[in-house]
Amino acid sequence: MSTPLQPGPSQSTARAFLSGVVAAWTSVFALVLAGSYIGIGALAHDFGFSIGWMTASTLLVWAAPAQVILVSTLGAGAALIEVALAIALSAVRLLPMVVALLPLLRTERTRQRELILPTHFTAISMWVEALRLLPQIPRENRIAYCNGIGLGFMTIACIAGAIGYLLAGRLPLPLAATLLFLTPMAFLVSVIRNSRLMVDRLAFAIGFAVGPLMIWGKVDLALMWTGLIGGTVAHVAARLVARKGRPS
Amino acid sequence: MTGWIDWHTYLVLILVGFLPNEVWRVLGLMLARGLDEGSEILVWVRAVATAVLAGVVAQLIFFPAGALAAVPMSVRVGAALCGFLAFLLIRRSVFAGVVVGEAVLLAGALLLVP
Repeated sequence: MSTPLQPGPSQSTARAFLSGVVAAWTSVFALVLAGSYIGIGALAHDFGFSIGWMTASTLLVWAAPAQVILVSTLGAGAALIEVALAIALSAVRLLPMVVALLPLLRTERTRQRELILPTHFTAISMWVEALRLLPQIPRENRIAYCNGIGLGFMTIACIAGAIGYLLAGRLPLPLAATLLFLTPMAFLVSVIRNSRLMVDRLAFAIGFAVGPLMIWGKVDLALMWTGLIGGTVAHVAARLVARKGRPS
Repeated sequence: MTGWIDWHTYLVLILVGFLPNEVWRVLGLMLARGLDEGSEILVWVRAVATAVLAGVVAQLIFFPAGALAAVPMSVRVGAALCGFLAFLLIRRSVFAGVVVGEAVLLAGALLLVP
């Protein structure tokens, strides 16, 4: 009840940071994130990575889709250059997220290096919650609050990743399979939920159809071609439809 | 030997995991002043990224690894479909979609996997 809906009086940096952590822990994305990272932890276990490596990948990469690609392609023995390309392509989405987020955090006195941590924390879950909650936070507290959200989510991801990793080896097969299924299931619905524009929905549908065909046909750099074909066709189609729909 | 392998996997993590991922965040940090979020190039870039992500999701459903590979394809696809329908029908709730999809997969796995 005490949460101000309008920008309230500024708090101390530590308080703002802590309320960010609490916001993350009480968000619905805490559950999705826990589910996804239990799945990724189990995946890392099944592909033979160490639990320390799994945690380091969460701290350094901090992007569940990239971590899924990293674990499954490295584990399957893909060429390093193909892994790096697939990661780079999956991570392009971080650029517009960072570009959209930073103007909300910046004041006239903000130095560029203060934005390095929020930039690293930017990921789907953190971005969605930050954009939803930041307008209620006094501008001078936003960087601390945002770092709180990011660190709150990252803590959950590290713990869930470790739990998934430790559970994977000991569970009966149906339960282990259910854990591994959390990742594609959570991404399927959360990516579609975040795709509000037609071009994004089309890209998802085409990518979903083209991806398996590429893999089935053993095409080199399957994910890269899936992205370029799906994204370009969706972009062109959405523009054509928009032009037709608009009377000239 | 084990030490070397471990050191090697962390180096690989930084080179092909951390750097190709982080470069977009750093670019975003540098471009944040000048770039319009609605510009055409960013719409295309986001569409490409969304298609890659869809490809990854499809790969994990159609060509899974580990324990999930033991679950029949029909169960995996059916569970994804049920989860997706639940998501659409129950107020576009990610939570509802995940719970229903997981429940169907677990039920199918319990019934069909020896």
